[in-house]
Amino acid sequence: MTINQLSIFIENRSGTLVKVLDILKQSGIQIIASTIADTAEYGIYRLICSEPSRAYQELKDAGVAVALSDVFALELDNEPGKAADAVRIISDADISITYMYTFLWGGKGILIFRTDQTEKAHDVILQHHLSFIDENDLAGGGEN
Amino acid sequence: MSRDEMSALQGKRLHKIVEYVYHNVPFYRHKLQSMDITPDDIQTIDDIVKLPFTTKKDLRDNYPFGLQAAPQSEIIRIHASSGTTGNPTIVGYTRKDIGVWTECMARCLTAYGVGRNDIFSVSYGYGLFTGGLGAHNGVEMIGAAVVPASTGNTEKHARLIRDLGITGIACTPSYALYLAETMEKMGITKDQIHLRVGAFGAEPWTENMRAEIQKRLGLKGYNLYGLSEIMGPSVSYECQEQHGSHINEDHFYPEVINPVTLEPLPKGQTGELVFTTLTKEGMPVLRYRTRDLCSLMDGQCGCGRTSVRMSRIEGRSDDMLIIRGINVFPSQVESVVLSMKEFAPRYMLIVDRVNNLDTLQVQVELRQEYFTSTFDTPAAIDELEKRLAARLKSVLSIGAKVQLKAPGTIERSQGKSAHVIDKRKI
Repeated sequence: MTINQLSIFIENRSGTLVKVLDILKQSGIQIIASTIADTAEYGIYRLICSEPSRAYQELKDAGVAVALSDVFALELDNEPGKAADAVRIISDADISITYMYTFLWGGKGILIFRTDQTEKAHDVILQHHLSFIDENDLAGGGEN
Repeated sequence: MSRDEMSALQGKRLHKIVEYVYHNVPFYRHKLQSMDITPDDIQTIDDIVKLPFTTKKDLRDNYPFGLQAAPQSEIIRIHASSGTTGNPTIVGYTRKDIGVWTECMARCLTAYGVGRNDIFSVSYGYGLFTGGLGAHNGVEMIGAAVVPASTGNTEKHARLIRDLGITGIACTPSYALYLAETMEKMGITKDQIHLRVGAFGAEPWTENMRAEIQKRLGLKGYNLYGLSEIMGPSVSYECQEQHGSHINEDHFYPEVINPVTLEPLPKGQTGELVFTTLTKEGMPVLRYRTRDLCSLMDGQCGCGRTSVRMSRIEGRSDDMLIIRGINVFPSQVESVVLSMKEFAPRYMLIVDRVNNLDTLQVQVELRQEYFTSTFDTPAAIDELEKRLAARLKSVLSIGAKVQLKAPGTIERSQGKSAHVIDKRKI
């Protein structure tokens, strides 16, 4: 239900993003999805990848400010309106979403979101029989 | 007064002040005893070289009242200025001290050509800072009408300058430029205002700044120098000649020394300015090292005054910065940064002047191990930056913009000055 996302603090300076990506490349880590929350002076680069624990260690060893964050990963049919339906359920349960993004994985839509109300989100997902994926689903690499 | 008469007066006052601190300030008594000096060894002003120096650190170590000579019942006012770390410098004034200060300030204003027909606005901060109240008393003494505008609310101040026909102003030179800019934005033109005298001080400034302020505000700008450890504004002032600042040397005896060897330097040579208060009762200081670098000038001035003059301040012999008139030491920033575990002990101060106002940016490095999933949103990072900014503000008394840097991106500094990038052209 939750997967590990890498959160990386990067400055808005040329070369900083490349440095991170090069480390992942050299470690043979595959990026599955990524997004940047940017501000004027820095960004928080969030990414879902194969082997997040190893990626975390490699980045950490290279001195990068990196954290592992637990994020929820819902699996949705790749059809219009599915994201709205899912977010409606979460919202109706009064769960606030800190951030959210989606990507396609194996023909399915994956909706990633982070909340501080993890237990409540967990319960709501089970109650409403929402589909989700976990770490192992991503480990094998995907065919879109 | 002839130079001989002045020297005789200074010698007499020096003997008296040494005797006074010897009997009333244990710090000085112990220092003089350890050097085998008694007040009787100090008879003429030339004997001053036998006396020990006083530093900002001595003031800090004796916080708050350790260097105060007068009993508390005689103190009628207390000012405080920022210290390098933690303790501010506390200066207590007796009624006589306030009288001397007021008199010295009145001399400055008289030299600037301010008189009883003037309406004079004091736009230094009123409060713990000596600028506001110090200038205020002098203006009242000469009989001009004082407008205690203080700092802030520049638009209202600009309107008053126009509407009241204010003729004189005391403020920092950068505030004068900011005021000019505000007026221009408000559509107040030079021919609508009657400013003719500006008393500018509390921060270093240049001839270029003077020319610009004079052009934009249509006044004549004079230097006003002072520091709270000695008195406040009024230690020295420019006259109509604007060729060096006349020191009120019957109260504040100046020397210039080599900051490394501590040897006194002859007139004309640049070194560290040192002052001895000759008449102060509340907190007299012997040979206080100002850290300001300048030179002294002899000889009668074109204005007729015979008092010794000091050049413009050419720099500092320590790493103190003056930002919007407030003294800032990099070590103050360091103590705040070190008090928060999220940051590495590396930092950089970037000082700039934007629209004539000094700005301070503090760059700090995030500690890798404290970047956890809690910080994976800009809101959380902003909150961390704000927390540091609030602490900096309470320690420095001025606002600073905090910029968070990734681990390992701020260069390890080689010395103290490597913590500072000053982009101001002054």
